[in-house]
Amino acid sequence: MSALLTLEGVEARYGPVQALRGISLEVPEGAVVAVLGANGAGKTTTLRAVSGTVRRTGRIEFGGKPLRGGPEAVARAGVVHVPEGRGTFTELTVTENLKLGAYTRRERSLRADIDRVSQWFPWLPDRANQPAGTLSGGEQQMLAVARALMARPRLLMLDEPSLGLAPMIVREIFRIVRELNEKEGLTVLVVEQDARIALQSASSAYVLEVGKVAVAGSSDELRENESVRRSYLGY
Amino acid sequence: MADFWQQVVAGLASGSIYASLALALVLIHRATGVINFAQGEMATFSTYIAWTLTTNHGWSYWPAFAVTLLASFAGGVAIHQGIIRPNDKGSLLRVVIVTIGLLLALNGLVTWIWSGEVRAMQSPFPTRTIDIAGVAISIQDIGTIGVVLATVAVLWALFQYTKIGLAMRAAAVNPAEARLVGVRVTWMLSLGWGLAAVLGAISGMLAAPSLFLDPNLMAALLIYAFAAAVLGGIDSPIGAVVGGLTLGVGLNLIGAYVDFVGADLRLPAALAVILVVLLVKPSGIFGKSEVRRV
Repeated sequence: MSALLTLEGVEARYGPVQALRGISLEVPEGAVVAVLGANGAGKTTTLRAVSGTVRRTGRIEFGGKPLRGGPEAVARAGVVHVPEGRGTFTELTVTENLKLGAYTRRERSLRADIDRVSQWFPWLPDRANQPAGTLSGGEQQMLAVARALMARPRLLMLDEPSLGLAPMIVREIFRIVRELNEKEGLTVLVVEQDARIALQSASSAYVLEVGKVAVAGSSDELRENESVRRSYLGY
Repeated sequence: MADFWQQVVAGLASGSIYASLALALVLIHRATGVINFAQGEMATFSTYIAWTLTTNHGWSYWPAFAVTLLASFAGGVAIHQGIIRPNDKGSLLRVVIVTIGLLLALNGLVTWIWSGEVRAMQSPFPTRTIDIAGVAISIQDIGTIGVVLATVAVLWALFQYTKIGLAMRAAAVNPAEARLVGVRVTWMLSLGWGLAAVLGAISGMLAAPSLFLDPNLMAALLIYAFAAAVLGGIDSPIGAVVGGLTLGVGLNLIGAYVDFVGADLRLPAALAVILVVLLVKPSGIFGKSEVRRV
């Protein structure tokens, strides 16, 4: 498997605070890769560095080409970033959110795409004209994923999809992500605090600690490594 | 009774002029988060372009109107890209001060180019009145109301049914998120400034025939537009329109039927509206009361 996304020595800072101290990682085409770690380890910043939401240095390659520019340019390249905390346009309707998801695409197949995405989230059509802000937290997270799918991304980046959601809903979201990966070959990079659930869906994972990759390996290796499990995964 | 309805229609006509300028303020407030104090002077500048085309170059009104709108749009975009955007980082106060500077600069520029002389601007509508159910209504009033309502309808359709309109709304309500879906937010904001300049130009060109054209044409109108926008809710486009019409009719009726107010106290009455709304219901009629910055 060739790497779809490669990070090499990526650094980023917020003012005086250095959030990333040289992150290197690889996301193979067609894989689900998890980024784990404690609060403040740099998980979210890693995704933000890829999507160009923070200034970054180091090498980021996507599909063999350097990934440059701000979020607009990165989105156009086929990398869709679903940020932490749902990331929907709460004042716009569900349909409008979905349409915006397809914003970078030229073809006029919105209807067909909304139907396609609705297969994954069958409740979407019933809520079509409801403002996204009136949905439940879980529904908003699912809408954010649905909106990302509208772009037909080559890489989906999910930031903490479990944040503030009930365990049942979290499992449902991860089940959908896994199925998307298996059935549509979608490549996913997911940042997660809940290591247990993330490792169930991911084939490999990187554990971050203060802005660096502390441990990396396949999900099975990480799960079976007692000391990794204790010190980094917290169970 | 006929007199009452005449006053109502005249009020709707001036109200639609306020509404159009108020809508410009709301568009920019939604997009940039500030009140554009230069909105009135931008409109004055536009109106002088129309005046030059009609008076000095012999154009008829509507072609001049159309060309002025295009020029205003380009001007609005250019002001955002060239003057507002470089000052957009940091405190909003900075942008506010820039718009005040722009007000002074444009006012000076207008006086320098066209002199401070009062000019007569031709009207696109006949001054005749027509009789509707016993009420004599001026065609100019109907035309003014019609032009503004048509503009509002076009804008509404743009925002509601087009991809670019949706992107502009997304950029205004949640710029960070809009960037992530690939919307070029800065350009959307520039388009917003362009549209606001067009709305201002419309209000200026509709106001000038009856108010006469001078460099301070829009100064008072801007206050009415503030009042209209605050009344309707500074973040609500519908509010700006309803607020403008309500204010126009209200002030006209008060002026006509409350003896001590008359024409002189119209402006203070508008200020009183601003004050009362801000005290009683700061979000206005249609505004959302929640204050959220994520």
